[in-house]
Amino acid sequence: MKYSIMVNEGPYTHQASDTALHFCKAALEAGHEIFRVFFYHDGVNNGTRFTVPPQDDRNIQQEWSKLASAHDIDLVVCIAAAQRRGIMDADEAKRQGIDGNNIAPGFRISGLGQLIEGGIIADRQLVFGD
Amino acid sequence: MATKKFMFLNRKAPYGTVYALESLEVVLIGAAFEQDVSLAFIGDGVYQIAKNQNTDGIGMKNFSPTYKALGDYEVTKLYVEKESLEARGLTLDDLMDLTWEDEDDDYAEKPSIRLVSAAELAAVFDEQDVVLSF
Repeated sequence: MKYSIMVNEGPYTHQASDTALHFCKAALEAGHEIFRVFFYHDGVNNGTRFTVPPQDDRNIQQEWSKLASAHDIDLVVCIAAAQRRGIMDADEAKRQGIDGNNIAPGFRISGLGQLIEGGIIADRQLVFGD
Repeated sequence: MATKKFMFLNRKAPYGTVYALESLEVVLIGAAFEQDVSLAFIGDGVYQIAKNQNTDGIGMKNFSPTYKALGDYEVTKLYVEKESLEARGLTLDDLMDLTWEDEDDDYAEKPSIRLVSAAELAAVFDEQDVVLSF
């Protein structure tokens, strides 16, 4: 089955991102396809490479990047939600005149149309959030 | 691109958290993709379409006028759960007058809000292809 995933909460504060990760790994292991993971609301905070959790804790952001690179999964951060919360890639930082960027490897910034497209193309759209 | 039935489930009050505002942003994009869009309001979500919202004291944008534009985007199915309204001491009169123009009926103004029981709403959910909850 082809799944699209939506993650609506940031890492650590809420379990939604962990649960979505666990689901993606289990689905891939079972032979399913993850078409796209779309990060919305505070979920965009999963996509900053400036995350430095304590060494005895999991690194949720890196787990997403590893998953994306191992399985070629499309991780999309909503641009409108990202702008509100200070998540930038190099192009967006240049456009906004901001002196740096923090998008994590494997993530890209795009519009809400990517979420709707995911819903149209996938067999199932799953929402992880509060 | 295929057309699917998209349901946007709104469960939270309009202010206090950003969920309602950002939900509305997705609804407008869903409509732009010419999908068959419905909205449902349950729990505190019914306050999102309450009349006479005023945010002067909290420094946030009052985005409630945007709901009135939904009809122009052909978003004409707004389901409100009866039990949620009643539990909050509200009636249809406390909600905004949300309408759409039916171009197949000489542009007659028709109400967008459909008051349904929890059981009736469950049946509507059964028909959906994609449910996004906020």
